[in-house]
Amino acid sequence: IQGYFILEDLPMDMPPEVPKEDGRPKWDNKFQYILSCIGFAVGLGNVWRFPYLCQIHGGGAFLIPYFIALIFEGIPLLHLELALGQCLRKGSINAWHTISPYLGGVGVASLMVSVLVSLYYNTILTWVMWYFINSFQEPLPWSVCPLNENRTGLNEECYESTAVNYFWYRKTLNITPDVTDSGTLQWWLVLCLAACWAIVYLCTIRGIETTGKAIYVTAIFPYLVLTIFLIHGLSLPGATEGLVYLFTPNLNILKNPRVWLDAATQIFFSLSLAFGGLIAFSSYNPSKNDCEKDAVTVAIVNSITSLYASIPVFSVLGFKAITGYWDCLDRNIISVINEYDLPEQSITRQNYTDWITFLNSSNPEKLTGLKLKSCDLQEFLDQSVSGSGLAFIVFTQAIILMPGSQAWAILFFVMLFSLGLSSMFGNIEGVFTPLLELQVISKSIPKELLSGIICLASFFFALCFTLGSGSYWIDIFDSYAGSLPLLVIAFFEVIGVVYVYKIKRFSKDVKWMTGRKLNLYWQITWRFISPLLLLIVFVAFVTLQIQKTPTYAAWNPKYVCFLIFAILNRSEGCMFFSPTKSFKITALQSCITNTRDGNIFKGSRETLLLSTMTGKEAVAR
Amino acid sequence: MLGVLLLAFSVVSVASAELCKPDAQNAFKVRLSIKTALGDNAYAWDANEEYLFKAMMAFAMRRYSSKSTTQISNVLLCNVTDRVSFWFVVTDSSKNTTTVPGSEVEAAIRMNRNRINSAFLLSDKTLQFLKISTTLSPPVEPSTPVWLIVFGVVLSLIVAGIVFLVVSGIRKHKKKNKESTERENLEEKGEVTITIENGIPCETLDLKAGHVNGVFAADDERFTSL
Repeated sequence: IQGYFILEDLPMDMPPEVPKEDGRPKWDNKFQYILSCIGFAVGLGNVWRFPYLCQIHGGGAFLIPYFIALIFEGIPLLHLELALGQCLRKGSINAWHTISPYLGGVGVASLMVSVLVSLYYNTILTWVMWYFINSFQEPLPWSVCPLNENRTGLNEECYESTAVNYFWYRKTLNITPDVTDSGTLQWWLVLCLAACWAIVYLCTIRGIETTGKAIYVTAIFPYLVLTIFLIHGLSLPGATEGLVYLFTPNLNILKNPRVWLDAATQIFFSLSLAFGGLIAFSSYNPSKNDCEKDAVTVAIVNSITSLYASIPVFSVLGFKAITGYWDCLDRNIISVINEYDLPEQSITRQNYTDWITFLNSSNPEKLTGLKLKSCDLQEFLDQSVSGSGLAFIVFTQAIILMPGSQAWAILFFVMLFSLGLSSMFGNIEGVFTPLLELQVISKSIPKELLSGIICLASFFFALCFTLGSGSYWIDIFDSYAGSLPLLVIAFFEVIGVVYVYKIKRFSKDVKWMTGRKLNLYWQITWRFISPLLLLIVFVAFVTLQIQKTPTYAAWNPKYVCFLIFAILNRSEGCMFFSPTKSFKITALQSCITNTRDGNIFKGSRETLLLSTMTGKEAVAR
Repeated sequence: MLGVLLLAFSVVSVASAELCKPDAQNAFKVRLSIKTALGDNAYAWDANEEYLFKAMMAFAMRRYSSKSTTQISNVLLCNVTDRVSFWFVVTDSSKNTTTVPGSEVEAAIRMNRNRINSAFLLSDKTLQFLKISTTLSPPVEPSTPVWLIVFGVVLSLIVAGIVFLVVSGIRKHKKKNKESTERENLEEKGEVTITIENGIPCETLDLKAGHVNGVFAADDERFTSL
């Protein structure tokens, strides 16, 4: 019958620019789209930033500001971006141009941020890949110190620090003492960087057609590995101590405004808002898609993943703490046994304190002459680290202690790589989609060539991160390119949609797409709460940054710091002041006390005094 | 006669007591950690083990200096503790009153360390001669670093994937071009009938883009069956 199939009616409120059959790429199915958004949101920060924040901000109590921020800031902004992209069916530049020609800059800003973040984020993946390909060696290269040139002893820099630190700072980064000293290109990192950008090119070569297939692996695999680590981690000794330490709530912490600020920024950066990637993803959706449900789903899955990941992380950290504690005790026991010539195994970890009191009462000078360290489990647990220090120093050290360390190392680094790669897809999509839509480009070159150009250009720019001073540059980029601009962009996004495009018009669009009217929650959060929160966070952020001179943690291979714990009560670190530069260089070091009397359990105990960067927000994604 | 013998004996024992004492010249402290090394199979340290130790030291000295004059009685042990640790000296076989220089003893032990360790089922770490540091074994390094091999494998897989995708993309592009030129040729010849509905070719009207008009779909029910 004629007219049996008619085209869909043009709804009256739909923006007139939306074409019907525009040849735009589509997701194969809804699951692919959701998985891509989840993969973009779930990144390295869920593993190495959220657990750290939980630990330093009062454990379980941190979840309160976190969930409040999620409800009032995370979910509304996420819904806004997804609805925007789906409604306008364009990448970030054209979408914002459509909203208002004066707001086109928001799209360009998103593009720039995506470019800058892609550059250094992939370099972090380069480090992960380097560790991955080194995990096939027996023994693991970060477990032993290499010998020095004339083979009379261990390499000095390694000996003064630990093998794990040495492998990270010398063998991986070959780091220079400060950022002005550029050093040379590290050829092994250049190779790995090339491989990483090749992988990114392979997966994004045709836009979402190829990333959609790749995301099935890169988004699901980390969950498998996390589960394996969860099961294994819970079976390790010390896991319960680590978990109790992590989750014990300290409600007093909520009085500190810094906690609320950290929660807000963590949610914001974790959901990868304002990159333009989410707009790009949702622009490939069919118009009639329930973006409201999608937004809530993605946000909740992201937060649950953060919680889920913190369990194995802290089990392993607890294991590392208790092993360190036992190590400390054992070394003391051996010292005492050797000094007093007591029978072997007469002093155990359990009766150690009794013996010490007994010996102290009989001959105190002899005991103090031994210079025993005070072993405190709490102190080991208090070593809180986030960011690359967690993955490449603390976790690698814990992995050495596990039996079958190669397998665990390989699994761990592949998981980190997948997590980062799925986030890279979103970043690249935030660059690729807007560029593809520019008329001048889409007519002249095929997609494969455009993605190739993007990846090749990024590779060449990212070579600066493989210099000796590369990791300092990454810190700078992370602190300043990937944090403040995003807050500004997001603020203008909300204001632009709500007050320039007018929320009534946008509500009608959303109602057309989802089939439901926007309920009160969205109205209130979009109109008032989210912009206000963003403004507060922005002002607080800037205020905090202004209050102190910019600092960065540097590695000084010449400085050695011997701490005698019995005397100094946990010194906080060794500081260098350099009046010529405006940077205050904190000598980041593993400060070690060695028992150098050649006893059996000669080892080095390190206190990780890694200062965490105040602005490591983008690596919170 | 007896008195002379007694005197000689006491002199010797006093001399040996003087020769072997903690921190004496040319004396070495030995420390064993039998329980750590052997666990449940640990043996007790008794006089027989001490005898074996003396024998091993004499053996080491003989092997080193190849003089074959050192006797077990030349090795003196003292200050044996429960830890199991003790001091020992090696006296000169020709004159019982002097001790062999420490450097010789050290060299002899270094030469035969393996044999001494295995006699007691211990290792360098569990049988310690406190003044003699162990030499470190050279690291085992393969000719090509392992990571380079793994990297090569990974990179070749990636490059293969990229080449495959690029080639398939080019082929698809060529096929599409060929098809569209064929279609144009056919249209010009007017040989292909394309069903048109309201000015739109029917192929593009797939179910995804269109809606079933509810009015017509329900039409069947209005008519009674014949």
